[in-house]
Amino acid sequence: MKIVVCIKQVPETQDVRLDPVTHTLKREGIKSIINPFDLYALEEGLRVKESQGGTVTVLTMGPPQAEEALREALGLGADAAVLLSDRAFAGADTWATALTLAKAVEKLGGADLIFTGKQAIDGDTAQVGPMMASIMNISLASWARKVSFNTAGKAEVERLLDHGYDAVEVDLPALISVTKEINEPRLPSFKAKLKAKKEPIPVWGLADLGLNAAEVGLAGSFTQVVKVFPPPARGTSETWEGSPQDLAARLWQRLQEMT
Amino acid sequence: MDYLLTEEQTMLQDLARQITEERIKPIRAQLDEEEIFPTEIIKDLAQADLCGVIIPEEYGGLGLGAMENCLVGEALATGCVGVATTFGASLLGSYPLLYYGTDAQKSRYLPRLAKGEALAAFCLTEPQAGSDAGAILTTAVKDGDSYVLNGTKQWITNAGEAEIYTVIALTDPAKGARGASALLVEKGDPGISFGKKEQKMGIRASVTREVILEDCRIPKDRLLSKEGMGFIITMKTLDMARPGVGASAVGLAQAALDEAAAFAKERQQFGTPIFSFQAVQHLLANMATKLEAARALVYSVARFIDTKPKDFSKASAMAKVFATDMAMEVTVDAVQVMGGHGYMREYPVEKMMRDAKILQIFEGTNQIMRNVIGLALNKEYSKKK
Ligand SMILES: Cc1cc2nc3c(=O)[nH]c(=O)nc-3n(C[C@H](O)[C@H](O)[C@H](O)COP(=O)(O)OP(=O)(O)OC[C@H]3O[C@@H](n4cnc5c(N)ncnc54)[C@H](O)[C@@H]3O)c2cc1C
Ligand SMILES: Cc1cc2nc3c(=O)[nH]c(=O)nc-3n(C[C@H](O)[C@H](O)[C@H](O)COP(=O)(O)OP(=O)(O)OC[C@H]3O[C@@H](n4cnc5c(N)ncnc54)[C@H](O)[C@@H]3O)c2cc1C
Repeated sequence: MKIVVCIKQVPETQDVRLDPVTHTLKREGIKSIINPFDLYALEEGLRVKESQGGTVTVLTMGPPQAEEALREALGLGADAAVLLSDRAFAGADTWATALTLAKAVEKLGGADLIFTGKQAIDGDTAQVGPMMASIMNISLASWARKVSFNTAGKAEVERLLDHGYDAVEVDLPALISVTKEINEPRLPSFKAKLKAKKEPIPVWGLADLGLNAAEVGLAGSFTQVVKVFPPPARGTSETWEGSPQDLAARLWQRLQEMT
Repeated sequence: MDYLLTEEQTMLQDLARQITEERIKPIRAQLDEEEIFPTEIIKDLAQADLCGVIIPEEYGGLGLGAMENCLVGEALATGCVGVATTFGASLLGSYPLLYYGTDAQKSRYLPRLAKGEALAAFCLTEPQAGSDAGAILTTAVKDGDSYVLNGTKQWITNAGEAEIYTVIALTDPAKGARGASALLVEKGDPGISFGKKEQKMGIRASVTREVILEDCRIPKDRLLSKEGMGFIITMKTLDMARPGVGASAVGLAQAALDEAAAFAKERQQFGTPIFSFQAVQHLLANMATKLEAARALVYSVARFIDTKPKDFSKASAMAKVFATDMAMEVTVDAVQVMGGHGYMREYPVEKMMRDAKILQIFEGTNQIMRNVIGLALNKEYSKKK
């Protein structure tokens, strides 16, 4: 089984701060981590490899320092890694990101399974995986909480929904985006980390992927960020003090006034 | 302080610290309160390759030395000495095999130990033989192709959980301590059973039980080295292991200092953080100074051991006695700095203080450590005359 896992390097913060002038994320002084959902995607890739045999290759598109994320993934047990980095890729929207990643999978000789996270904690669109599947014209199962394989060689995927789950069967090749319910990511191992330090990581740019500058990065993006702003504060808040009984009575009254 | 660790050592330390932060600290209070054996944490350590730090690469380990082992032990002890003791006791049970095992014996057990699929235990102490280990009564009688063991080992760490038991028993009782041998007993062998789980003051995540041997028959190739080598093997094993106890003490004291100092910054009395009182600062200053001295000693001894010296009993005993006395003092002072909060089970330092005590007792009490050092000094100064 040829498995590809797409990982994104994101700032380690829930509190995304924006530069009011350039509308880009303020990254200074914030540590970069692997998008948490992508650790689950990687873990699932490694588990499928362990049960079905095969190889796991991790891909990321990002600036040169995204190599750290790939080394971390190798330390967790991935077999190989490729960094997609080129000035031309900068400013990519979700479509341009998905196209670049899809081309890279093609250059790897295709994959039986591609795992992505459900969403990135910074961009938060949850679009890259589904767009890759549509560009590559392969099956898609998003929000997976369980993946298994049947004797017909198809993947059986349970998709997490708000109430319960959807059970779907998909043909391979397939792209599966995963939720945190799917597994418990492993710790790195010392031997894999040692190996990861020395492992060469190829860097592929525009020319390597056979793309032209108009298809990628800002130029290849259908969407443009016009304005970025923090959400308006949600009304005012009040602090009440009193006995539990008084507070409950006041709250009940207020709720009745609101409806 | 910069101890000039290699890049590899730093990586190993980081990994052990990551496990401590993510997997040990969140559950240590529960492991202590409910006396739960840390099975999952051992699996995590195994998965990260940390169970085989000192096991040669050909048997699936990392093939590293005493220094790396100490770095891992220290990191684990910042989280929970009960976990660090479980880890350390398995090493204690493995050293005889590592240093005296045949290739066949090593191939049978070391790969499973390296992978963390099996833990080991070291069985020396008996009800009447504590510090006076030469007073053991357990016997191993040769019978055809077997040895038959009889006796009771007391307070054995990992008993019941371990797969491999290194037992010190008399093969020639007439010769007393010179007639002792080291033998490998497996959990599944006929005639081995375990006593009830002891209820302890501290390190409650670790398990301590009796190992009862009743006509326990094992193949004769389970003998380590030769008959009569039991106490030589025991001394070497303890010499190897003692700096590890020192490393646990250093990790524990570091954790206690961190808790106390952070608390002193937050806690206000008389309108100012208690950190600003000179009396509190002096307590913290003494804690930090002793801790650093102990760490420097433990690392130096571990590095010395890695140069493969012939005799390192004295150095090893020094690392154990100094670091563990230090940890007892520092944890007591950490509680003092935190006042009533330090005494409450809501905060981690009361557990640290309880955990510190055992480090002065097992693997040779600190009185016995001083005997070892004194004996070595006596020899040295006799020669110099
Ligand atoms: C309209 C718009 C304009 C943007 N403009 C800019 C801009 O000008 N400059 C800029 O820096 N950013 C820009 N971004 C952000 C950037 O496009 C997105 O971060 C990126 O496309 C991924 O989208 P996402 O973060 O929402 O990921 P999601 O779609 O939420 O991610 C889902 C999964 O896809 C995979 N994935 C996502 N991104 C990558 C990647 N790079 N490499 C490997 N795998 C990946 C991961 O597995 C991830 O879990 C823009 C985003 C949008 C929506
Ligand atoms: C939690 C725990 C785990 C243990 N794990 C193991 C294990 O895995 N394997 C194992 O074999 N054993 C184990 N032990 C046993 C441990 O090694 C002994 O408790 C220790 O060696 C001391 O023996 P003792 O308790 O019988 O004390 P004793 O020998 O009875 O000593 C009592 C006191 O007398 C002092 N004393 C004794 N002799 C002298 C002397 N000659 N000079 C000066 N002072 C002296 C001691 O220092 C001590 O203060 C464990 C013990 C505990 C409590």
